[in-house]
Amino acid sequence: MGYTITEKILMAHTDRKSISPGDLVDCKVDLCLGNDITAPIAISEFEKAGAGKVFDNKKIALVPDHFSPAKDIKSAEQLKVLREFAKKHSIKYYYEIGCMGIEHALLPEEGLTVPGDLIIGADSHTCTYGAVGAFSTGVGSTDLAAVFIRGRIWFKVPESIKFIYTGKLNKWVGGKDLILYTIGDIGVDGALYKAMEFTGDAIERLPMDDRFAMCNMAIEAGGKNGIIGADDTTLKYVKETTKKSKKKWKIYKSDKDAQYCEVKEYDVSKLEPMVSLPPLPSNAKPVSQVKNVKIDQSVIGSCTNGRISDLRMAAKVLKGKKVHKDVRCIIFPATQAVYLQAMDEGLLEIFVRSGCAVSTPTCGPCLGGHMGILAAGERSIATTNRNFTGRMGHLKSEVYLSNPAVAAASAIKGKIAHPEEVI
Amino acid sequence: MILKGKTWKFGNDINTDEIIPAKYLVSVDPKVLGENCMDGITPGFSKKIAFGNIIVGGKNFGCGSSREHAPLAIKGCGISCVIADSFARIFYRNSINIGLPIFECPEAAKSIEEGDEVEVDASTGLIRNLTKNKKYQAKPMPAFMQELIGAGGLMKWVVKKNG
Repeated sequence: MGYTITEKILMAHTDRKSISPGDLVDCKVDLCLGNDITAPIAISEFEKAGAGKVFDNKKIALVPDHFSPAKDIKSAEQLKVLREFAKKHSIKYYYEIGCMGIEHALLPEEGLTVPGDLIIGADSHTCTYGAVGAFSTGVGSTDLAAVFIRGRIWFKVPESIKFIYTGKLNKWVGGKDLILYTIGDIGVDGALYKAMEFTGDAIERLPMDDRFAMCNMAIEAGGKNGIIGADDTTLKYVKETTKKSKKKWKIYKSDKDAQYCEVKEYDVSKLEPMVSLPPLPSNAKPVSQVKNVKIDQSVIGSCTNGRISDLRMAAKVLKGKKVHKDVRCIIFPATQAVYLQAMDEGLLEIFVRSGCAVSTPTCGPCLGGHMGILAAGERSIATTNRNFTGRMGHLKSEVYLSNPAVAAASAIKGKIAHPEEVI
Repeated sequence: MILKGKTWKFGNDINTDEIIPAKYLVSVDPKVLGENCMDGITPGFSKKIAFGNIIVGGKNFGCGSSREHAPLAIKGCGISCVIADSFARIFYRNSINIGLPIFECPEAAKSIEEGDEVEVDASTGLIRNLTKNKKYQAKPMPAFMQELIGAGGLMKWVVKKNG
């Protein structure tokens, strides 16, 4: 019997010769991650356990991205905890403001997430790195503290669902639309505890940034991990990003006779840009069916859609146009490198001239932290990943999820719109 | 260990933003988090409940963010355990790791109504609805997870294992 890519990577990180879904396995960790919200609890647990030193200070990444730059005194204290721990233990991959980016965009860009690695992070969107063909999943702070000490973590080997996407994508349709459509089909617990393996010719043609957006939202279907087997697109990407990190990788592919608990096939050639209505990512509809929904804010960025191709897509729509007078459009390049490139390409100028505000990288508005909180009765379209009740602010505010082109078009129209309506 | 208390019912897909909104994530103190438990869905929840009360959820309880502040808030406000149809996986791990007893039992999640008095035998997973005079059996925890709970949580298990 063959194995899936997820099973192969998990097995390679144990001493076992065979593995089956449902097995509990203790795995070696190649990289673990914490941020300014989750790491303080992990650090406190690490210290309470009386652990003197971390398992490997070159396999820990600490990214102060959530309430950073500090939004108030309490968050400043949490950021300080992270900073001091990083100094004390000489954590190699700690990123201070100025180098810091949104963790799930930053670590791949730094060449720290490579094919075949096993990565955990105390952040639910850690599943993003499946896009490079790694096994990667989110855990809580105490799990992270245990990894700080042991360098290992237990997992239940998940069953895998295979998703096959076929057909050429329409203009303005990308990875974000594929994943919103998928979650709309299977529901927010449709892949609970399971691995989501994305395949098919549409995935083979999909650029890396779109693959990151897809794997990023596996958690929104309850998935343990999202994964795309490494191919030429992946290799080109990791060859470039690992020039600095010097990390080595190993490619795993699912066997032809691998076992899947379910196979889903989607012809995506007629797919429109998708919008997920509040309060769940599974309330996905084609944008043409979302009519007369006025917005107060448009947020373009996040670990889902804050990469350079996302900004290019938004700029293409916004170029030479003005943001609607009743809309605040805030753009968050995900990392400093994305910011610089957007500057070099003239995208930042397009944004500012069209009336958008451009921010330093932060998770701020996505989780209702800071930098774009909604008041009661307000509504935002956002390229983020969650539209739960009150996610971006007041319990009586609303979030609609979309890709960057739809968010940009909506900012211009003042209501949710297809990019073709403004081009 | 027997857990006994009045129940509070919630629906499907209760997410961690509802359990503890991000604005409270500037604290890691279970007491502070507990005071704001369920603020994203039932403001004032911590003032309504009594120590030892039980939360009953539907499918996919605890979905969303990995914030461990969610089970910490539930434990911190005095809830003795959570019974649900199913749990989101990070919430499940976090609850075991911090010592919040959770029980997966679709039958109980469906049958129990808000206000019912319920008694749970944490060692066997037997749930008794004292109001309705019914019994439900929760799915047993895998032996390894029972070992974690027996050790007093993940960190105590790690310390023991590392000698």
